[in-house]
Amino acid sequence: MATIIAGVGSSHVPAIGAALDNGKTEEPYWKRVFSGFEKSKDWMAKTKPDVAIVVYNDHASAFSVDIIPTFALGCAAEFPPADEGWGPRPVPVLKGHPELAAHIAQSVILDEFDLTVVNKMEVDHGLTVPMNLLFGTPKEWPCRVIPLAVNVVMYPPPTGHRCYMLGRAIRKAVESYPEDLKVVIFGTGGLSHQISGPRAGLINSKWDKSFLDNLTKDPKKLTRIPHLDYMREAGAEGIEMVMWLIMRGALDDKVDEVYRFYTVPASNTAVGHIILENRRKAASKSKRAPAAKSRQAAARKPAHRIASKGQR
Amino acid sequence: MARAQHDYDDIPGTFVFDAERSRQGYGINMFCMSLMKDENRKAFKANEAEYLKRFNLTSEQTEAILKRDYNRMLELGGNIYFTAKLGATDGHSFQHLAALMTGSSQQDYAAMMLSGGRSVEGNRSKSGKGKSAKSKSKSKSKSKPKPKPSAKRK
Repeated sequence: MATIIAGVGSSHVPAIGAALDNGKTEEPYWKRVFSGFEKSKDWMAKTKPDVAIVVYNDHASAFSVDIIPTFALGCAAEFPPADEGWGPRPVPVLKGHPELAAHIAQSVILDEFDLTVVNKMEVDHGLTVPMNLLFGTPKEWPCRVIPLAVNVVMYPPPTGHRCYMLGRAIRKAVESYPEDLKVVIFGTGGLSHQISGPRAGLINSKWDKSFLDNLTKDPKKLTRIPHLDYMREAGAEGIEMVMWLIMRGALDDKVDEVYRFYTVPASNTAVGHIILENRRKAASKSKRAPAAKSRQAAARKPAHRIASKGQR
Repeated sequence: MARAQHDYDDIPGTFVFDAERSRQGYGINMFCMSLMKDENRKAFKANEAEYLKRFNLTSEQTEAILKRDYNRMLELGGNIYFTAKLGATDGHSFQHLAALMTGSSQQDYAAMMLSGGRSVEGNRSKSGKGKSAKSKSKSKSKSKPKPKPSAKRK
């Protein structure tokens, strides 16, 4: 059976990709951002997922305003990086997992989530930047990728509650897939930022912290946040944060927060990052009860560091 | 027909790209999308007004584009991810556009971001109604948006 073992939240600021592509990662400004993901890359290298489901949004790359799907699931065998006006980012083509993706589509549509199936799609920085942050810059990506593009560009995006429930349905779909696969799900975008209009530059660190806290402890509270609050408090484009709730909905009610990172700014945006692990993995995978216990005890301490133990 | 009023119109300095603006701004956004191709960028630069005739634009929209009035473009249905392509065609960084939309110099805008960004305090609401219970707003100010860098940087 395929299993979702963990969720990753990460901003997907385009300038982070540009900094990577133009060799600026050692500059102090960017080092501050990238250093926050060093432990995450170690975690990912240990976790070794077979598949990453990446919830992200397209920024006028694959979709113009001709077609604006609310949820679009990438079922293709591969997804080339999009040309966003400066040539495609120099990252490897992403290999899909068409069989699992088709299975998810079939399952969630019957669960009343009427998503759009996409069999040909280029992916922009919304997807490739978080991939870099978590996997570094390899010649080939070490796992398959299933993109889930969410409309957060045109108002209204799906509600936080709808996103959370879709996460639930995705989890059910994954767990009914017969092959043994380790799946990690990404929620990307945010955190607080506004890049349009006279109020551009808005950042709300208090809001962001509360969002991250509740993402771990009380995600259902987040599902009740109206769109107006996101836009008012976290900026017009901060509404992207609803995508993190798809990731969260696909996890257990109780999770271990194994890492968190937050910094302001990257370009115009507050960078947020979190790694949440399902607990059942430790319980079901091993009979090492004492180890699992101490691991959970460790996770109850304040986060901001990797508490994860190697699982294999 | 006048634009219907929405709760989010109360957010200062913000043009929410909703379904109505998406309909209204289709021409602006597809024009911007066309600039993804080099041949189109050249044609546009060669004769901007002529090139714009290829798109279904109102005279107000055409004027906003020709004047590079980015806030007006947003108001008339442009979306920032699309209008940014026009900025890129002009050779501007995104920060240049952001500074332009906020009415500040790029230097001031960059300094504001480095010191933690624009504070939400005083920037929540035009009417003063937008107090958030969650973040315990102390501010009832209905001041217009202005650069108000937060002193805190975390």
